[in-house]
Amino acid sequence: MKHVIYRNLTSSILRLGFILLLTFSTTVLAQEGDPANGKSLFNAQCAACHKLDKKMTGPALRNVEARLYEDEGLDREWLNSWIRNSAALIKSGDAYANKIWNEYNQTAMNAFPLLSDQDISDILAYTAQPKPEPPKPPVLVSGEGGQTGDSTSNSIILGALALLFGLLAMALVLVNRTLKRFADAKGVQVPETEKRTPIWKAFVQNQFLVLVTSIVLLLASGYFVYGYLMQVGIDQGYEPVQPIHYSHRIHAGDNKIDCKYCHSSARVSKHSGIPSLNVCMNCHKSIGEVAPETLAEGQEYGVDYNAEIQKLYKAVGWDADNQKYTGDTSPVKWIRIHNLPDFAYFNHSQHVSVAGLECQTCHGPVEEMEIMYQHAPLTMGWCINCHRETNVKVKDNAYYTKIHEQLSKKYGVEQLTAAQMGGLECGKCHY
Amino acid sequence: MSTNKKYWKSVEELNENSSIVETLQQNEFVEAIPTDEFLGDKETLESSSTSRRDFLKYVGFSTAAASLAACEGPVVKSIPYVVQPKEIVPGVANYYATTIANGYDFASVLVKTREGRPIKIENNKLAKTNGHANARVNASILGLYDSLRVQGPMKGDATISWGAFVKDTKQILSDAADKDIVFLTQTFASPSTSKLVGEFTEKYGNVRHVSYDAVSESTALDAFQAKYGKRALANYDFSKAMTIVSVGADFLGDWQGGGFDAAYANKRIPDNGKMSRHIQFESNMSLTGANADKRVPVKPSEQRLALAKLYSYVTGNSVSGNLPENLDKAVRAAASELKKAGSNGVVVSGIQDVNAQTVVLELNEALSSKAFDTTTTIHTKQGNDKAVMQLVADMKAGKVGALVMVGVNPMYTLPNASDFAEGLKKTKSIAFSMKQDETAIHCDYIAAAPHYLESWGDVEMKTGHYALMQPTIRPLFDTKQFQEVLLAWTDNGTDYNDYIKATWTESILNGASYNQALHDGVFVAASTSTIEASTTDSEAVEIPNGNAARALAASAKSSGMELAIYTKTGMGDGQQANNPWLQEFPDPITRTSWDNYLTISKVDADAAGLINENVANGGLNGSKVDVTVNGVTVKDVPVLIQPGQAKGAVGLSLGYGRTLGLKPEMQTGVNAYPLYQNFNAVQEVSISKASGMHEFACVQLHNTLMGRGDIIKETTLEVFNTKDKKYWNAIPEVSLNHIETPVTSPDVDLWDSFDRSIGHHFNLSIDLNACTGCGACVIACHAENNVPVVGKSEMRRSRDMHWLRIDRYYSSEDSFSEDLEKKENISGLGSSLSEFGEMENPNENPQVVFQPVMCQHCNHAPCETVCPVAATAHGRQGQNHMAYNRCVGTRYCANNCPYKVRRFNWFLYSQNDEFDYFMNDDLGRMVLNPDVTVRSRGVMEKCSFCIQKTQKTILDAKRDGREVKDGEFQTACSAACGNGAMVFGDVNDKESQVAELKEDDRMYHLLEYVGTKPNVFYHTKVRNTKA
Repeated sequence: MKHVIYRNLTSSILRLGFILLLTFSTTVLAQEGDPANGKSLFNAQCAACHKLDKKMTGPALRNVEARLYEDEGLDREWLNSWIRNSAALIKSGDAYANKIWNEYNQTAMNAFPLLSDQDISDILAYTAQPKPEPPKPPVLVSGEGGQTGDSTSNSIILGALALLFGLLAMALVLVNRTLKRFADAKGVQVPETEKRTPIWKAFVQNQFLVLVTSIVLLLASGYFVYGYLMQVGIDQGYEPVQPIHYSHRIHAGDNKIDCKYCHSSARVSKHSGIPSLNVCMNCHKSIGEVAPETLAEGQEYGVDYNAEIQKLYKAVGWDADNQKYTGDTSPVKWIRIHNLPDFAYFNHSQHVSVAGLECQTCHGPVEEMEIMYQHAPLTMGWCINCHRETNVKVKDNAYYTKIHEQLSKKYGVEQLTAAQMGGLECGKCHY
Repeated sequence: MSTNKKYWKSVEELNENSSIVETLQQNEFVEAIPTDEFLGDKETLESSSTSRRDFLKYVGFSTAAASLAACEGPVVKSIPYVVQPKEIVPGVANYYATTIANGYDFASVLVKTREGRPIKIENNKLAKTNGHANARVNASILGLYDSLRVQGPMKGDATISWGAFVKDTKQILSDAADKDIVFLTQTFASPSTSKLVGEFTEKYGNVRHVSYDAVSESTALDAFQAKYGKRALANYDFSKAMTIVSVGADFLGDWQGGGFDAAYANKRIPDNGKMSRHIQFESNMSLTGANADKRVPVKPSEQRLALAKLYSYVTGNSVSGNLPENLDKAVRAAASELKKAGSNGVVVSGIQDVNAQTVVLELNEALSSKAFDTTTTIHTKQGNDKAVMQLVADMKAGKVGALVMVGVNPMYTLPNASDFAEGLKKTKSIAFSMKQDETAIHCDYIAAAPHYLESWGDVEMKTGHYALMQPTIRPLFDTKQFQEVLLAWTDNGTDYNDYIKATWTESILNGASYNQALHDGVFVAASTSTIEASTTDSEAVEIPNGNAARALAASAKSSGMELAIYTKTGMGDGQQANNPWLQEFPDPITRTSWDNYLTISKVDADAAGLINENVANGGLNGSKVDVTVNGVTVKDVPVLIQPGQAKGAVGLSLGYGRTLGLKPEMQTGVNAYPLYQNFNAVQEVSISKASGMHEFACVQLHNTLMGRGDIIKETTLEVFNTKDKKYWNAIPEVSLNHIETPVTSPDVDLWDSFDRSIGHHFNLSIDLNACTGCGACVIACHAENNVPVVGKSEMRRSRDMHWLRIDRYYSSEDSFSEDLEKKENISGLGSSLSEFGEMENPNENPQVVFQPVMCQHCNHAPCETVCPVAATAHGRQGQNHMAYNRCVGTRYCANNCPYKVRRFNWFLYSQNDEFDYFMNDDLGRMVLNPDVTVRSRGVMEKCSFCIQKTQKTILDAKRDGREVKDGEFQTACSAACGNGAMVFGDVNDKESQVAELKEDDRMYHLLEYVGTKPNVFYHTKVRNTKA
């Protein structure tokens, strides 16, 4: 224990010394930035167009300061003026500024006049950090190790138990044999047990019992057959493999993207709508790769998220290297999960916009679903139950004012359910 | 001890050597049963190795396999857009204003599109001109999804590219330099097209543009041109006319382009005790005649004299000639009414004669009729008969180098088609056509033309009344419209849309916004017309002023039978013959679908030994005749005996008998165009009976009302104005404890009424005065509700699927009130046997009423109580619901329905080769409304009060958080009704129009005494009859 404390102590002393050294050195060299602050600034201000290791709308920025200094002889001064107002720099006829501008399709970089010198050096410090090694997939090693440990202990216990029972059985046999020998020796006659009719024969002979059993069996099988037949055509839990592995867990769960951001037509239409690919590209234009941690998570599901994003790029015809659309598209053939029969009319906007229901009410914990599946049975009974139990959201809706007042008086209730509003009438869903 | 008694089965057994007995001991029958014969071809049976056991195995296996397969749902794929157009939201309809201008029908319409597919035509309420889509316009959407359309430009039989087409045709046009280039086109009435043709003429020089209407109004145009110096048609606004006299003009039909019915209906509803008075002289029973207050059957030759006499009686000029006494009396009466009406009177005529049309113009001027308008003229008919005839002659003489045809089918519609065919061989020809039709197939090049829903265009329907046509879908096929090719021919790089925009900005809009005009679809210019009637080089016909009537009277001579050629409400000129909706649309007058026929009066039919009879299955059969005009014979024309048909005259409609570019099922009827000689609708004709009987598909077996005043209530304006409601619209009464009690009283009801005062309560009002029977609602209902087409033989078995039908009843006496009187006076068995029998026959000149009947949505519905599975139930909002998935098809409901509005699906009508109509091909199914179930075999269906539309209206209001405004609730039929006959709405909204109409004195329910408490109500028909 003490040893550990000593080690901690030494390391903190060392760190302190290092920091002191750095503080002194800053006065000599240029201002030194804080990479942590730089990271948050980078993500807030630059990440829409820049990545560290990959070209996007703008160039990759890893070690940008060093590279500029070494290759072009441009210093921090130049960088500052470029970041604060690149357009002015281009206008001034600066050679390298114009070169970059032309290289990136003459896309003007936003001016950031509000970034202080310290901010810029923080950002540059962040960009100057060495590229982290991709984390070794730790899951497999640790997971397997854990599992083997568990299973060995289990088998040891089981083995011990088996041995114990074996010994017991052997002991019993030995005791039995010894007793028999005693009996033989003393001349005690062990009475022969009378041969009884076997139980199954008795059962067969008892016709009443047979009748009762067969009735019970018939009823039981009827129950299971009915249960089986009733679930025919109900695809609850239907979880087909989709052409692109799309994780609702990441999008709706981790990133907390509102369902209706992508499924926007649910607000106004009967269909929730499978988002068109241009909606994906609103974000994925700049998210070509996922974070290493996310990538590691994907390995649990046996999926390479980066490859899936590439599938999207291919479908939408996005050339990530040149940052432009090729026009060569191939629409994605998603497999539809929620299939209502044609004779049932369902309108999303009625439930989402008017009733204000959460999507999860019917679709389940979508934010936890790695692969989307059908949560609800989508049977008529299921619909009807909800209509019986759910109150109509009438507040602040002028449409309901009059009818709610009259109907609630008629039924003598405070709050009307959808059923009382007429939500159980056949023709409301079947036409 | 057993007996040795022997029983003999037959005498044959007494004969010991009988071979039969021996055989019978082995076999059940003496001779081998000819199983092969009825099981099928003997050879195939023998060659087949399938034994009976095998067969059973197969059956067992396939049943098991099918039931196992049914346990697994199919994999459904959903393919979203890559880039979703921002105006498209799946599941939400978009509407676009556009214009149909196919040369026969011109109307400003709204097109409903879903997911980019046009699915329905609706009325454009912003349009001041022709904003009311008739049955054909409503059905025209199906033409877009016609699977037999030409899918790309063709040279002969080979498909070529547009590039090659333009190159080749340019060569043809420049080769024709020493001859004429002729455009033979439909009426465009398009300012931009006229300008383009002008530019083309400038470039090529030797260009002639001939407008051709298959059904000509050339004489009316000639007469107008002679009198007013402008080749156009006078406009009539019937809402300004209190006395209308029509001599042979079917102005509620297609007369002079049609579109007059809304204004007419406007004055037919009694308002402060006043309504218009309409006198009709005609030979065929037309829609207009059926709506008239007084209808006089006059054969065509006498119509001429009648019109001349009418002129003389009104103006005082003398005209020679003598009319039969009773006709003369009627004409005098009409003249005196006209004179009394003065400027509130109007005269129209459909006689195809320059003199007749001149007389009409003069008469209206003499009356200084308010309804008569010679400044805002109609431009939708520009066909010039003489120019067409000249063209045919020139073609035969080899003077035409290149012929470009657009929107016309002369090989089918020209009476002298063989001359045209001869001329066609001597010229290079290009046809812009949607079909490989009778003409296109003979042309050197077929330019695949787009449907109007895929095209740009503009129309000047009336002077200053413009309309724009815009595409509502990307072209389904590799098509190009005529104007685009014209631009290519003139080496003009702009596309037609920009061209129209430039033309409009330059000379029409006068500073107004083009986008607004495009949004509205219509634009009314303050200034006058920009187009002059396009290059028609016909010399003005000289008419001795004032002498027209005399000339007309002199021309009125007749010998023998006369034929009056007409067009049917459903088929028009026949360009939509491949449209199953229109084929199955029952004619408003004859109630017969899938046919045209010779209409003949009962007297003439009896004289010629022609009969109509109903056979055992209820179908109508008719004799056949051969019809000969000037040596041209049309064989095997079926005969339909038409009450009200003038004696000595027969009628035959155009538009049928097409043979090319349509499915075999649609090749119905006979072609009457060969009889339409010299573009004259009236011909002298000889008729000879042919052998055999024709099978009609007529949906109404019984023609007369039999005095049943509880179906149609009718009264005269005089009674309506002077008597109490009880007299002309009494509520039926029943006896309760020997006290007469009205059936509306809850005391005599078997049912407990529900409180329907909360929420919406939908009612539909139908005004029998405003309903002209035009049938637009019938087709609109088809389109909205995915009503299947069942075909002729099923129609004949009364298995039509129309959710909305328009019943037509004739009176058996001179009028319905006399019928009623006769029925009341029947007493005793002898009298009832004979007189009821008599009442089954319609009068020679009967009164006619139309009554649209759909599900009445009874509050006390007889159908609901008898359904064993509760598939039909009532909603709180007054709609009678029908859950198809619950229905097991017992048909009890249909049997218990007093209105006979329920329809049973005897077959699966979609994706079934037995019913090869629009629902049987992928393209045709694109028209289906995605919000309405496509019903399958074995279920009952019926009008739903367009619950999908009412629910949508409610949802829109909920989403916006507001109340529903009056007029927002619509059914397909009420929205399609341009005449204001059908009004739909919520009667619980006391401010609504329908609630007001329900309180009207004329309101009654159909078969009110049954006590069904329907949610559809009618308004008593008031006829402006005079003694």
